[in-house]
Amino acid sequence: MKRMTATIAMTAALLASTGLARAEGVLNIYNWGNYTSPEMIKKFEDKYKVKVTITDYDSNDTALAKVRQGGSGFDMVVPSQNYIPIWISEGLLLETDPGKMENFKNVAKEWANPDFDPGRKYTVPWAMGIVGTVVNTDVYKGDINTWGIIFDTPDELKGKVNVVPEMTDVIDAAVLYNGGKKCTGDLTILKKVRDTLLKAKPNWVAMEYGTIEKMGSGDFAASSDWNGSAFRQRLKNPAIKFGYPKEGFVNWSDNLSVLKAAKNVENAKLFQNFMMDPENAGMNSGFHRYANGIAGSDKYMPADMKGAPEINIPAEFASVGVPSMTCPPEVQALYTKIWTELQK
Amino acid sequence: MADAVGTIEAEKSRDIRKRWLLSLPALLIILIAATGPLLIVVVYSFLTPGPYGDVVWTPSIDGWINVALQKDIFDDTLSLADAHISIFLRSTVLSLVTTVLTLLVGFPTAYFIATRPQSTRELWLLLITIPFWTNLLIRTFAILEIIRNDGLINGLLLKFDLIAKPIQMLFTDGAILTGMVYVYLPLMVLPLYASMEKLDFRLVEAGYDLYATPFKVLRRIIIPLVKPGIIAGSILVFIPALGAYVTPSILGGGKNLMLGNLIELQFGQGRNWPLGSALSISLMLIVMVALLFYVRNAGSQETRHG
Amino acid sequence: MASFSVRRQRGFTTIALLCFAALYLPIAVLVFYSFNAGESLASFDGLSLRWFAKAFENQQVIDASIRSLQIASVAAVVATIAATMAALATTRTEPYRGLTVKYAFINQPLMIPEIVTAVALLIFFARIKIWTGYSGLGYLIAAHTAFCIPFAYLPIRARLENMDLTLEKAAADLYATPWNAFRYVTLPLLWPGILAGFMLAFVISLDDVVITEFVKSAGQDTLPTYMLGQIRRSITPEMNAISTLFLGLSICVVTVFFIVNRNRA
Repeated sequence: MKRMTATIAMTAALLASTGLARAEGVLNIYNWGNYTSPEMIKKFEDKYKVKVTITDYDSNDTALAKVRQGGSGFDMVVPSQNYIPIWISEGLLLETDPGKMENFKNVAKEWANPDFDPGRKYTVPWAMGIVGTVVNTDVYKGDINTWGIIFDTPDELKGKVNVVPEMTDVIDAAVLYNGGKKCTGDLTILKKVRDTLLKAKPNWVAMEYGTIEKMGSGDFAASSDWNGSAFRQRLKNPAIKFGYPKEGFVNWSDNLSVLKAAKNVENAKLFQNFMMDPENAGMNSGFHRYANGIAGSDKYMPADMKGAPEINIPAEFASVGVPSMTCPPEVQALYTKIWTELQK
Repeated sequence: MADAVGTIEAEKSRDIRKRWLLSLPALLIILIAATGPLLIVVVYSFLTPGPYGDVVWTPSIDGWINVALQKDIFDDTLSLADAHISIFLRSTVLSLVTTVLTLLVGFPTAYFIATRPQSTRELWLLLITIPFWTNLLIRTFAILEIIRNDGLINGLLLKFDLIAKPIQMLFTDGAILTGMVYVYLPLMVLPLYASMEKLDFRLVEAGYDLYATPFKVLRRIIIPLVKPGIIAGSILVFIPALGAYVTPSILGGGKNLMLGNLIELQFGQGRNWPLGSALSISLMLIVMVALLFYVRNAGSQETRHG
Repeated sequence: MASFSVRRQRGFTTIALLCFAALYLPIAVLVFYSFNAGESLASFDGLSLRWFAKAFENQQVIDASIRSLQIASVAAVVATIAATMAALATTRTEPYRGLTVKYAFINQPLMIPEIVTAVALLIFFARIKIWTGYSGLGYLIAAHTAFCIPFAYLPIRARLENMDLTLEKAAADLYATPWNAFRYVTLPLLWPGILAGFMLAFVISLDDVVITEFVKSAGQDTLPTYMLGQIRRSITPEMNAISTLFLGLSICVVTVFFIVNRNRA
């Protein structure tokens, strides 16, 4: 009995050690769920002989809270642009200078020097998108390019509208609908915002994330949603179209950065450079179905994404887009109060 | 004479010491992984919120004030935080109804299992736990599949021409309750079963010998005897149900916040950790009081045993 | 006389059987859809095994599932042992000093909303992680064990309260040592309660999302946290396939357990 246990132990150790010998390095990425192309990761792993682990988070705040406490073991994280200034100011990110890396020339001009990371000292674009409306045009034939779908619901859609419960997205939309500017602390506008939201809520049937599935099945006829999600819905049902609200919509992006506490800094830098290659960015986009900020990646994206109206903003709406940014704490507190009021 | 008393005293204190030793592992684990961290939460409830989440180490009782009172957003008048109160009431009512429903459904089920012949009893027990080896999220989605507008129930009803349009079952309060009862049923059945299994049916037989009806036997003999199981089951359902928010949002549509959502919001986009901490401690205190009250009631039965 | 059963209560059997049927209906639906050739969970497009294939190829899912099982097994075993000892210590006795406090203490993990414990543990463990540099599964196991203890404790206690002390006294009269009395008299009688407690603890640990989400370190996703990440994007029958596999696995384990038990008795 004892000999058998010893043999088993030895075999196990042997197997484990062979596993260890193969990987020359490790990279621990902390990212949104279902956002990283496994094919692309495999390509990276094979090229640089690095073992990659991906751990998921489902919100910017969770990611921030976890990393802030320390000891998490992650090397890289992919926060949204409106959180990047917070990460930088709290000293959580490592200045890896992607702006000086080899593949930086591929980053699209309009994304090479953003307000939230001037000169790209910390981050590399991962994916970007917008929040708009998505409507089943079989049910409603009118104008879909307006937040009125959500806030002043036409009769055909009453009781079939969903609103994705992202507090910042919804309140931003209501602010823009009432003519205000993003992150405004103006109390008159915010009062209108609260009233608009409370008035609109009885027409909504739900506030949840499962839009792809429920728009497809007909449980919802319209929703506020991300463009990548709308794209997937249209592939299932061509009658579902994405609307660019003319009152204004928010452009967001998620950006790959390296943590100051990272243990595998060299591998992390390699990965940042890797992601600026059009072929890799295109492969990744094919998986998560959002645009990326790398020029020339179109030819590496799957055919159905090229020229898709959800991914490529039509010219007449381009100027209506507003970049996502961090709101000051007092304004955030006001928004939270309105949100609680809405959902009580 | 004094000697005999002395030994009884000694034995008693040895017994108590033994009992403290026995409970040590449980107490230690909980101290490290539950209570210790809890003290941190208490401390945090007395601090100031940081600008982007987390806390600033400046003492403040704002967190506690905001639990019950709020300043109106626009005209700064102080009033009762009716948003918090209505959310709290909603969760409590849901919890209570869920507990009652699981008891009504779980009692006959546990009784059924406990009265099976010895050979099949464990099989039935396992049968009731197997559904719960599948993940909660998936089970909730499965229920969703059945009750949605183009789901199983509506599909069948439409097919047999029993209704003209699909019945809206999803996103209603009924849907939430169905989901909650489904999720928490084993927490009621298992303790009930553990209690019932040891039921001495000679007492029941005695009841019948005295010309009692089955209902009277149930009320006067069976229920009092399995009271510990009922209490354990009720606690195991009510309290977690109070903090539940995943199932209610999936089946109810998420238009209204549950207590768990409200607290989560404070640690998330709300960026008000002290308020979140204060809300949780308040909830916990109320539950503790109710629990102690319950236990005192049950505890008075204990010494009569054996 | 023979046809009247003392155990029967009107309507109970019907309710119980309906209950079982209702319990398994969603499971049947879920298993059914895992064989869906199409992508959606709403319309059935024909039979196919593609989602099972996809699940097996998905390394993340496999790792997460194994991790879930590891944590649940260890946590449930430790929690049940600790809970059994605690139950023995706190039942069938005259109230002594600290008994109520102990009772409240043991049940305390139940009473705190998970998000609170999660955040508190995040802060607490983070300090320890920096101190010791250890960041393995130990933290998750400790956290899970803690909240599993009350779930195991309550059924065991309920069972114990109904047990007759005279049997153990009889054993003592027959010169049995306390350990032997425990092993040969108390334990077998208590066994259904312990089993119930263990199964409850195991299931609770397997399902936990919130606490695991906050306490986990790099590369430590469990199955529920993985699924949570998926919800924001899209749910495909891949999830159903994984659940069906888990279900199959647990039925196998349970059957084996059952047969082994039978043989011993």
